[in-house]
Amino acid sequence: MSEAANIEIQKPSNSMKMLRVMVGIGIISALLIVSAYELTLPRVQQLRAEALEKAIFKVLPGTVRTQTLGINADGDLVEIADGDTPEFTCYAGYDKNEKLVGYAVDAAGQGYADIIRILYGYDPEEQILIGFQVLESKETPGLGDKIEKEQGFLDNFKALDVSLANDGQLRNKVITVKEGKKQNSWEIDGISGATISSRAIGKIVGESTLKVVPILYHNYIKVDDTQSDKKQIESNE
Amino acid sequence: MSNDNSSSREKVATTDEFIKGLWRDNPVFVQVLGMCPVLAVSNTAENALAMGLATAFVLLMSNILVSLLRNFIPRQVRIASYILIIATFVTVTDYAIQAISVELYKSLGAFISLIVVNCLILSRAEAFASKNTVWKSILDALGMGIGFTFALFCLGAVREILGNGSIFEWSIFPEGFQNWIVMILPAGGFFTLAAWLLIINVIQTRKVTS
Repeated sequence: MSEAANIEIQKPSNSMKMLRVMVGIGIISALLIVSAYELTLPRVQQLRAEALEKAIFKVLPGTVRTQTLGINADGDLVEIADGDTPEFTCYAGYDKNEKLVGYAVDAAGQGYADIIRILYGYDPEEQILIGFQVLESKETPGLGDKIEKEQGFLDNFKALDVSLANDGQLRNKVITVKEGKKQNSWEIDGISGATISSRAIGKIVGESTLKVVPILYHNYIKVDDTQSDKKQIESNE
Repeated sequence: MSNDNSSSREKVATTDEFIKGLWRDNPVFVQVLGMCPVLAVSNTAENALAMGLATAFVLLMSNILVSLLRNFIPRQVRIASYILIIATFVTVTDYAIQAISVELYKSLGAFISLIVVNCLILSRAEAFASKNTVWKSILDALGMGIGFTFALFCLGAVREILGNGSIFEWSIFPEGFQNWIVMILPAGGFFTLAAWLLIINVIQTRKVTS
């Protein structure tokens, strides 16, 4: 009660004091936050880039150099200059002989708990997926997060068939089947105990490859043709 | 003479400020404060330790600032001021953890930002730092912070050992050990907390009766 009475009889000068104190604390807070942000920003960006590069090396075995590429409106792969924001980015990996290992593609979709972000490696020469990694997920620990750890599931992505039919589209859409029911090379063997999460991975990979793989393959063929043309010219000379 | 007396009394009091948070008034096992991160982020020993240290850092910094400003903050806006101070240090911690490790940042997730509403920190600001000197507040924050970290680690270690068969991601059980998956799910947090509370209470009541 006495406290309530105190508030009743406060003078106007008290309000000014309150205001001054709150503004003062606000200014100190703002300064601290801004300086912490500025101090950590370069390191945070460097760590993020390193994490991405590590993931690319993992999904494209043998890669020593990566290059960020974008797809423009005409469906051509182009190098990205600083500041460009293309609709879609992917990463080309080259081995130590500067030969293309494959493309790493970023994809995302709804999982059990939240959006799952993944990276998969595509080998255009063999027309298969050669690697897979979860970049971000909040799947249930012990159950759904088996999609990141279980070797049997990860082995699905060592040679997953994503070959193109004659019409230039994907012959078979990638899909997750029940554990132990895998019969075709384009099917992903699911995980019992992580049914929804492993199905979600199948859906993300399926939808992304349907869209991206034809573009990557056609660009690969084009580049390959120009290179072999060059070689022919050189041998002719 | 009187000066000597008061300073020695001060000294005894300050060691006690540190010790009390570790055991007698442990924030988790005795005061049962800040249960949200205790239950949510104690699924592995590493997460628990990181969460405990992050909370301890915020507690220390906010206690220092609250104690420094204790004579300037009017009573009517004290809670708002404390929240502002705590939120600032939580944001700083959030950036610091991002700069330390992306993996760690991902596994702690939203719980870093939720340190703002951890009642342990607000209760120390209100009940202790706003009434005591900076030096005493530092000791209080260190004691409570280490006590909180210790308690989180106790939970995290048990849950990781039973639920994942490992400690700090080092497997400790032979091949074929069936993990108790329930221990790393939310329910396991309640089981482990209950078990620890039982143990600590038995020890403390025995001490009192003997």
